[in-house]
Amino acid sequence: MTTLIQGGRIVDPANRVDKVGDVFIDDAGRIARAPQKRSGAATGADRVIDARGTVVAPGFVDIHAHLREPGEEWKEDIETGTRAAVAGGMTAVCCMANTRPVNDSRGVTELILARAKEVGHCRVYPIGAVTKGLIGESLAEMGDLKRAGCVAVSDDGQPIMSAAVMRAALEYARGLDLVVIAHEEDRTLARGVMDEGPLSTALGMRGNPGAAEEVMVVRDIALAELAGPGARLHIAHISTAAALRAVRAARARGVVRVTCEVTPHHFSLTSESVRGYDSNFKMAPPLRGDSDRDAVVLALRDGTIDAIATDHAPHSLVEKEVEFDQAANGIVGFETALPLTLALVRQKTISMGRAIRLLSKGPCDVIGLPGGTLTPGAPGDVVVFDPNEKWTVSASSLCSKSGNSPWMGATMTGRVRATLVGGKVVYEA
Amino acid sequence: MKHLLGIEDLSRAQIERILDTAKSMKEVGGRRIRKVPTLRGRTVVNLFFEASTRTRTSFEVAEKRLSADVINFASSTSSVSKGETLIDTTKNLMAMRPDAIVVRHASAGAPHLLARHVAASIVNAGDGAHEHPTQALLDAYTMRDKCGRVEGLEVAIVGDIRNSRVARSNILALARLGAHVRLAGPPPLIPPGIERLGGRARVTVANSADDAVRDADVVMMLRIQRERMTDDQAFPSLREYAILWGLNARRLALAKKSAIVMHPGPMNRGVEIMPEVADGAQSVILEQVENGVAVRMAVLYLVLGGGEAAA
Repeated sequence: MTTLIQGGRIVDPANRVDKVGDVFIDDAGRIARAPQKRSGAATGADRVIDARGTVVAPGFVDIHAHLREPGEEWKEDIETGTRAAVAGGMTAVCCMANTRPVNDSRGVTELILARAKEVGHCRVYPIGAVTKGLIGESLAEMGDLKRAGCVAVSDDGQPIMSAAVMRAALEYARGLDLVVIAHEEDRTLARGVMDEGPLSTALGMRGNPGAAEEVMVVRDIALAELAGPGARLHIAHISTAAALRAVRAARARGVVRVTCEVTPHHFSLTSESVRGYDSNFKMAPPLRGDSDRDAVVLALRDGTIDAIATDHAPHSLVEKEVEFDQAANGIVGFETALPLTLALVRQKTISMGRAIRLLSKGPCDVIGLPGGTLTPGAPGDVVVFDPNEKWTVSASSLCSKSGNSPWMGATMTGRVRATLVGGKVVYEA
Repeated sequence: MKHLLGIEDLSRAQIERILDTAKSMKEVGGRRIRKVPTLRGRTVVNLFFEASTRTRTSFEVAEKRLSADVINFASSTSSVSKGETLIDTTKNLMAMRPDAIVVRHASAGAPHLLARHVAASIVNAGDGAHEHPTQALLDAYTMRDKCGRVEGLEVAIVGDIRNSRVARSNILALARLGAHVRLAGPPPLIPPGIERLGGRARVTVANSADDAVRDADVVMMLRIQRERMTDDQAFPSLREYAILWGLNARRLALAKKSAIVMHPGPMNRGVEIMPEVADGAQSVILEQVENGVAVRMAVLYLVLGGGEAAA
């Protein structure tokens, strides 16, 4: 079946395209040049999507998500998680290894992929563990994980405190051409529940200083350079000005490839939100102060940050409706990522082209995934969204099984109209 | 005033109203029959998730002197480890239709969570390292009683400021009442931005215990916990702590001759406070305990609507 997405504003930053036109997806589910119109066959396609007044872009790729299956299906599963993803315009998601059991062996990877094939609404790329059980002591079978389908390795949520283990991981992954995604928080420093500063003092809660992130980023860049050219380090959910300075310095040296991502919450919110002790503002790394948030926004603008990734982390009320310091870290993010990114476009902080790049081609390049462009021959993964449509975040408007969003009740501007994966419509508003 | 969650929410006028009300409540404690019918027919739950002797007892005495029906619910374990959430526990207690819940909890913000979920008035009896408002109120009452005023007093608070809810509530209350607070303690136990809690004009961090105590009107010592040494490396030994930060007769001599010595208890004698000072003529530590009952009576009276009838 062929599809013609007609009359939208096509934004395809990888090809420097931003113009009104048509996007065609061929029988093989790939982007193709639209056939010439003939009389009697006005469109030359089996299906036509009227995209007038909307933006047509490469499908978003979220390289940092938690789908919770196997093991924590009361929070989310692959079906509901990918349904939320396509509602947010994602055509592919990378799911982190902290499932139960941990994705540190082929069996878990195969299970995730089989379930995704069976019930998934978008492409699912598992991320394998760096160390067995995410304990940080001995390397997982990264080679076998890659063969089974893992696209990267990470102990996300569990910073690897041993420099020797991290060095070995970067070296070993280099041999497999796998990127190591690092959650950068020194756990001996980061024993708190929010950003450390005058506000943590006033609220009487233990803080995590920004330096806890900085020292790990600086360490891991040094270790990646030690591992040598070909080593690939990706900093997950970067949150501080100091860590961004370290990434820029590493890029300037050019010894190894260091990339980084930011979450929508770290560029949208500050620690000020924690006042009131609402656990939907609790995450790791924590929401930071104004100066760090401003530095993150600037880094989105100047290109230091490669990708926007949601860190979609569903938790039920059981984990969240408790004392702040007892609550689980993280929030759901698939369905709010686009409007929060578009807010930066409306503020003229970044262009529409950069926003789309940060959600599509940027993340693809970090991992080495196909997609992220509307180049003929690329997968027919496309999102159609109305940048001006307003909607209210509520339990009923979200597809995720969990409602742990700090934006519950808030009005968002920008909504997905349709999401196509391999030319198939997987979501339609 | 529906709840008392923290000093942070109180204006100077509200604080003074509580202190004035406490004054008449204190008079009740001096009678032969130490009971008034003010809260007859009202139910108060003391919900304590942390071990506490003096605060819980003080609240209970206050409630009984006001003729309230009192239910004590104590649990040494946190709600999570017990398998029942704080909200579930409290909703169960709500079936007994309490008018007020006095809550002590190890987590900062726990009283605020309850205030969002239940209909009763919530009185914070200490939440983590956040606030302990009735302690600060009884401290202010004691200062007013002994020094004649709070405005313009120089108050030294020495010890583990970082983990102290007493320090935070006192800083807020004293700054609002126009006193000047000097803080001192091992630098790892001085949290960032603590001056901002009361405003830089009202709060300063001293470099040493001597600097904090010099010419002070009030010297308040905080309890130091041994775990700060082992878990946080906040100071090397109790011996060194006592030398650098403890209050002995020599250090107290640096304060004004008229200075009073306070401690929220329980004391570590020989560590943060030496016996000769704790039991000395300048100590008002036991008066603090006595004033605590009067202040808590005032708070319960005001949150349960007594203030509106009187106004």
